[in-house]
Amino acid sequence: MCAPQSLQLLTELKAETRREPFHDSAIFHTCRLAENTHFSEASLKKMEKSMFTEFMTNGMTRRRAIKTVGATTLSAAAVAVLGGRDALAAGATVSAQDVSILNTALGAELEAIAAYQTGAESGLLSNATLGIALQFQGHHKEHADALMKTVVKMGGKPVSAKASYEFPVDQLKSEADVLRFAATLEKGAVSAYLGAVPIFQDRELAKVAASILGDEAMHWAVLRHALGENPVPVAFVS
Amino acid sequence: MFNPSLTTPIVAASVILLLSLDPFATASPIGGDAQRGKDVYQRCLGCHSLKINRTGPRHCGLLGRKAGTQPGYNYSKAMTESGITWTAETLDDFLTAPLKALPGTSMGYAGVRSATDRADLIAYLSTAMDGTVQCK
Ligand code: HEC
Repeated sequence: MCAPQSLQLLTELKAETRREPFHDSAIFHTCRLAENTHFSEASLKKMEKSMFTEFMTNGMTRRRAIKTVGATTLSAAAVAVLGGRDALAAGATVSAQDVSILNTALGAELEAIAAYQTGAESGLLSNATLGIALQFQGHHKEHADALMKTVVKMGGKPVSAKASYEFPVDQLKSEADVLRFAATLEKGAVSAYLGAVPIFQDRELAKVAASILGDEAMHWAVLRHALGENPVPVAFVS
Repeated sequence: MFNPSLTTPIVAASVILLLSLDPFATASPIGGDAQRGKDVYQRCLGCHSLKINRTGPRHCGLLGRKAGTQPGYNYSKAMTESGITWTAETLDDFLTAPLKALPGTSMGYAGVRSATDRADLIAYLSTAMDGTVQCK
């Protein structure tokens, strides 16, 4: 589950904080952090240390830890659905339009990953919020991975991440700004997937888009909740 | 001879008939509410923004521009070769069902069904011209 490099960091942090028991979720987040090549060694250590102290002093309850793991399994199921498109891989009827829709969605997911990166590195997030941001970033990575694999399977050429993204960083001055920025992107993602569901030729792909839509909607709600706003302001998304 | 109770339903029926025949009765893309359009535009924010090229191209200065000509954005062949110039009418048509209006476009989005939403959206987009505050 964890790369050797992050295990090394775990050991160092254990020694430094002189605390033994780690919750699954703490280890999960730490590994995801350490695997993230965009972070410098120094910022990684700083973030891990603060997250650890938080996890170990306040402690995530066992229940919450289980829930966190549950969430990953959900997106893994989406991957399984996508991974199950073997009939398509055989190449009977691949819709070029479906490939294009998936690729556009992939582009948006890659941007979301970069956006959470910007948020995580802003230094504006509290430990608790940082944990949420990294978990959501992890979901977007899973979406991107699943979409990318499907595009390849269908004989398309997946788009790759841009070398750099232009985000309104000058407008990110507080934790709330970062959360609002993320919430806007998640809401946009919900609308984008909603707009993709009815136009897939392959109904299985429509189902996958709906599955990702549900995940993005949960992100949106949690971010609104963190902002102190009504987490679910509408009965229908548009 | 004149019996109002009889003519009223007939008049009402013909008004309804006329309304449903006139394509601009409910679908006029001109004269939308830009303020409401800003809300509708939230649906586009997963891929677009006014100021920057993202998954979709930037939207500042859209009205009057030839389709597929935003510098630094990698369009589909369908878009660059469409010959469309963006006006209220062409946008209304495209946004109703992008993939039907322009097969081969990479805008993988079903469209905006409601004519009112489209009119409001277009009104909002038309406020976002280069040089305006929101486009600086
Ligand atoms: C899933 C992502 C996505 C969503 C959601 C989306 N678009 Fe797009 N849009 C694109 C892409 C990708 C292109 C480029 C299309 C091409 O090159 O064929 C595009 C192109 C366009 C263009 C042509 C611009 C030009 O420079 O010629 C317009 C206009 C447009 N979109 C409007 C909208 C509006 C309005 C909405 C919201 C109702 C919206 N789009 C929602 C991805 C999206």
